[in-house]
Amino acid sequence: MHDNEHTEHHHEESFISKYIFSLDHKTIGKQFLIYGLIMFFVGGGLALLFRWQLAYPDQPLPIIGASQQYIDDGEVVTGADRMWERIYDSDKEEWLEVNMPSGVITPEFYNMLFTMHATIMVFFVVVPILVGAFGNFLIPLMIGTRDMAFPILNMLSFWLAVLAAIVMVLGFFVPGGHASAGWTGYAPLSADPQWTGVEWGLNLWAISLLLQGFSSLVGSINYITTIINMRAPGMTFFRMPLVIWSLFIVAILLLLAFPVLSSALALLIFDRLAGTTFFSATAEGGGDPLLWQHLFWFFGHPEVYILILPGMGIASELIAVFSRKPIFGYRSMVYAMIAIAFLGWIVWGHHMFQSGMRPGLGSIFMTTTMLIAVPSAIKTFNWMGTMFRGSIRFTTPMLHGIAFVSMFVIGGLSGIYMANTPVDIFIHDTYYIVAHIHYVVFGGSLFAIFGGIIFWFPKMYGRYMNDVLAKIHFWLTFIAFNCTFFPMHILGVGGHMRRISNPQQYEFLQGFEGMNIFITMSAFTLGFAQLILVFNFFWSMYKGKVAEQNPWQVNTLEWEAPTPVPHGNFGQIPTVHRGPYEYSVPGEESDWIPQAQPEHAPATSGD
Amino acid sequence: MLQWLPENVSTYGQSVDNLFYAIYYLTLIVFILVMGTLIFFLIKYRHQEGKKADYIEGSTTLEIVWTAATTVIVFVLAMFSYPQWNNIKSPTQFPENPDVVVQVSGKQFNWDMTYPGPDNEFGTDDDLELENELHVPMDAVVHIRLTSVDVIHSFFVPQLRLKQDALPNRFINVWFEATKAGRYEIPCAELCGFGHSGMLGYLNVHTQADYDAWVQERWPQ
Repeated sequence: MHDNEHTEHHHEESFISKYIFSLDHKTIGKQFLIYGLIMFFVGGGLALLFRWQLAYPDQPLPIIGASQQYIDDGEVVTGADRMWERIYDSDKEEWLEVNMPSGVITPEFYNMLFTMHATIMVFFVVVPILVGAFGNFLIPLMIGTRDMAFPILNMLSFWLAVLAAIVMVLGFFVPGGHASAGWTGYAPLSADPQWTGVEWGLNLWAISLLLQGFSSLVGSINYITTIINMRAPGMTFFRMPLVIWSLFIVAILLLLAFPVLSSALALLIFDRLAGTTFFSATAEGGGDPLLWQHLFWFFGHPEVYILILPGMGIASELIAVFSRKPIFGYRSMVYAMIAIAFLGWIVWGHHMFQSGMRPGLGSIFMTTTMLIAVPSAIKTFNWMGTMFRGSIRFTTPMLHGIAFVSMFVIGGLSGIYMANTPVDIFIHDTYYIVAHIHYVVFGGSLFAIFGGIIFWFPKMYGRYMNDVLAKIHFWLTFIAFNCTFFPMHILGVGGHMRRISNPQQYEFLQGFEGMNIFITMSAFTLGFAQLILVFNFFWSMYKGKVAEQNPWQVNTLEWEAPTPVPHGNFGQIPTVHRGPYEYSVPGEESDWIPQAQPEHAPATSGD
Repeated sequence: MLQWLPENVSTYGQSVDNLFYAIYYLTLIVFILVMGTLIFFLIKYRHQEGKKADYIEGSTTLEIVWTAATTVIVFVLAMFSYPQWNNIKSPTQFPENPDVVVQVSGKQFNWDMTYPGPDNEFGTDDDLELENELHVPMDAVVHIRLTSVDVIHSFFVPQLRLKQDALPNRFINVWFEATKAGRYEIPCAELCGFGHSGMLGYLNVHTQADYDAWVQERWPQ
């Protein structure tokens, strides 16, 4: 009944209700995607700024920095010098003058840059794209329903995220600067403005994350309800595509993890504004800085899996479709994801091995952490099993899928070093962890995001993305990514601490100057390569080759819907007859059988 | 890659490095095998006209094999790691009767070293406070009482393979025995504010004779 109501009430909508305050899950998904891409450029730009400082400490930035002559004797040489002269002459303390006098990044500004780079990438790019964009767009389409269970909550989720982003960006412009205590916001540094000199910046940081937490919470309730209640007839749990499984598991993680961060942030705000001492260890106050770390990482480690699980789901789709084979060990893939999600709750202490936590706990957390290697290995071997004796099509989405698997292997293996408590003593808080996190979240999640965007673009916008540009983007990104982040392992082995603005201050790091310059060059290449993606994205939206309904010959339900997908998605709700990965079934003419295709289903997996 | 490790000058550093090397070779072998197989599959099973993929849904045997194999490997690795970790970090297993005890206190953005003096007690008149300079004899057990007066800092001596966070209002004990005389840097490894980069102390490891002379100079009898 519900379904019919939906289609009958379908009428012309105004521009605002169709594109801005839309209740349609597809529009909200696309809104999240564009939101994430915009924030991706903010977060990436911040990274390029601090990479400059690391390669060329205390030298003025190119283009906007003043010339050396101007710095030395005030002689105006370049256009930038004229700008700086105007800034210095004005009575107002201008933003640039405070943060980058003459174009040189101050240590305070440096701390703010890496803090905000991580905050934005984690909370405003990867989660909104993976969960917000793909979750919203794919869940109703792939389980065969007309929309999310709660469309108004869905819209609320997006606009709360917009509000959170506005508050977060405002923080850059308040006196005292933005949060600069690291994205982990360790107390007491974050809990009392006297230690950083940051007043409202850090308050806004915490308020923005609270808002983003509510957005995620609302979204995750919607995902869970939709997946449990609104699957098409015949769509049993074990006929769901793996990407839907991953989003389902992630929604549960979000629902349980974000409230922990929210309460920690609320306590932090009390500490900063109301004079409480939850996280500061003054003799009279009686709080404990380690409490913050426990709360933050109890949220933070599930958060890491929130960042990677949907990537695994997307990669599974890409690899099965373009190997033209069923996913190898479908059920063990599901169980492995559940195992990762469960283990994610009992490993948070591995972020705290050197924190002063009782050493005995370190041994326990080492064991649970290393156990994550097991489900991760299962997934990797199953992806390879899927390619084994397949018929692999090297389309651009598939290249991203393969890149995901290979980069995830490196990120997974480098994790073993840090899980090992004695080795971690040395590499903790060095560039080794920076390399590791970027291999998992950039090499993993972002390659899956890129592959997913190219793969589902025809369904989203009815057009293909330009393949030549997409291939150039892939190869540039793949090479520049590895040139940027692989050498960071070596920096870590050399003991190079993270979050220092000037490695030249240390004698034992003198040998790494060349490597830091190389990393910065690669990072700039990596940054510019992303411009290709964004150009391709917006250009193809209007000028791309028109796509047919199911261009990649995929079995799952989203490709049953007409292109462009109308409001309400399907003319008639499809009935599901088999699992999602029936490719190259013996005795069949074509090498794919859509889930919704009725006749002569041969005995297959799934029940 | 591991030749980039700074020289080790502590008694337990070698055990850390050994584990580092073990994991390095283990992961290197896994990496080469996995990537080699992957590339082989990509070439061998690339799409060819008229050739269909084989319909394979999985293999329970293989799932059990790689689940069990990975589990065994990580447990073995963990078994070898517990003793080393406890040896370095568990206060109950520290060598007793240290030759030198020093309190090191992090303070934006310095390391304050406090020597208890000849009476071996902190908070008495013969205490000696030094900013950013730590003096210890080589081949002697040193206990450090680590604390902080403001935010969290992290005491890191790369050559000792030692790192430990220093927390306000808490005393955390660590130990080391240096095996080579020299002057080593003590950076702060935990973000502690705008001066974090450049927060730097020095560990001066002296031969016993030099150390005795230094003590004599500080506390003339």
